[in-house]
Amino acid sequence: MLIGIVDYGMGNLGSMLNMFKRIGKEAATVSSPDDILAVQKLVLPGVGSFDAAMERINAIQGLRDALTEQALTRKIPVLGVCLGMQLLTRSSEEGSLPGLAWVPATTVRFPRQAGLKVPHMGWNNAVPQMPNQLTDIADVDLRFYFVHSYYVRTDCPSHSLMRTHYGVSFDSAICRDNIYGVQFHPEKSHRFGMQRF
Amino acid sequence: MLRTRVIPTLLLRKQCLVKTERFSKFRYIGDPCNTVRIFNELEVDELLFLDILATQEDRGPDLPILRDIADECFMPLGYGGGIRSLDDAKRVFDIGFEKVAINSAALAKPELIADIAARYGSQAIIVSIDVSKRMLGGYTVRSISGKHDTRRDPIAWSIEAERQGAGEILLTSIDREGTWKGFDLELVRAVADSVSIPVIAHGGAGAVSHVHQVVDESHASAVALGSMVVFQRPGMGVLVNFPEELRLCPVTG
Repeated sequence: MLIGIVDYGMGNLGSMLNMFKRIGKEAATVSSPDDILAVQKLVLPGVGSFDAAMERINAIQGLRDALTEQALTRKIPVLGVCLGMQLLTRSSEEGSLPGLAWVPATTVRFPRQAGLKVPHMGWNNAVPQMPNQLTDIADVDLRFYFVHSYYVRTDCPSHSLMRTHYGVSFDSAICRDNIYGVQFHPEKSHRFGMQRF
Repeated sequence: MLRTRVIPTLLLRKQCLVKTERFSKFRYIGDPCNTVRIFNELEVDELLFLDILATQEDRGPDLPILRDIADECFMPLGYGGGIRSLDDAKRVFDIGFEKVAINSAALAKPELIADIAARYGSQAIIVSIDVSKRMLGGYTVRSISGKHDTRRDPIAWSIEAERQGAGEILLTSIDREGTWKGFDLELVRAVADSVSIPVIAHGGAGAVSHVHQVVDESHASAVALGSMVVFQRPGMGVLVNFPEELRLCPVTG
């Protein structure tokens, strides 16, 4: 099987599967370590809170090891989406558990400032920071659907693929080698998201 | 820049889409899936479905229909109607909806908001509040599709809903719903200025100017459209559409 969508009980898997079906890519949900080790690409979805997600990943015997094996040893393409992107970082201000730490970055909360409604919810632009297969597209006006209260801050600008402005400027897409993360929901962003896959 | 979300809001009743006026006078609009396909082609920002009979019939969401809808949609989807427990919400999330709206169940059991927020995050939960004007001035919150007067103040209830973990408030003016007369600007402003979560203004939109007004003057973060996106004009036939002027509508803040 080509693409595995990690099912650890925290994602919006239905919409992700629908999107892959629409673009004609073979994808299925994977939850056991054996299944995870059998795929060629991984998507780490996530909706919910940081600690709840890490708890679940840590709780399933062998799951975290299988993910790490695929991501860091075999270096297959991995895409974290929304909370799944935040899990790629070391830690989050939303919780106390350590993240996967596959990308040198942390997850922080939007500043509490007047007029800035949190969560950041809705369609916003993403500005490419460097050429890459995720950003290399003809659209001048890239827009995606976002919904999040925390955002990723990379340690090093070279890991930032796209940036978006909402009160602050933040990393809306990141990349380190084979590891990708997007804060927006490509599976919910019409053709703008479909092109990403 | 973040854009104002303009959300076609579609009412499900007995497996059909209908449009109401002041929560009654049901007019048949069409088949949910065909309508969704059109909105998908139109690349609308987001869609919200409300099953207006579920609570009255004391049943949960109609999952087969929701599954068909989610299969067609590549945009954010919300669903409300008959969600009484975390399990009901889970079934809707599993299908591919990312938001659920709760109304009567939240009024009866505010902890349900906290339970869903703890499991799925605040962004996944909309508290839907139906409001009507009192005869002697002021407003009251109504439940069960407007049938029951809870005698609660919409501002106090909105603040409580936010405290429980609601991510958004869908604020519906029963008096304006389906009338094309414009939003209840006073009501929307009073609620939007009392909470820090986004307020979706619903009820009364009949022109593009109404949308700008409720965002600029009443501080709504998003607007829900009913009649405007399913009818040609007031009193005219069904025409599923999305006003071009509202596409990529920039927002203040």
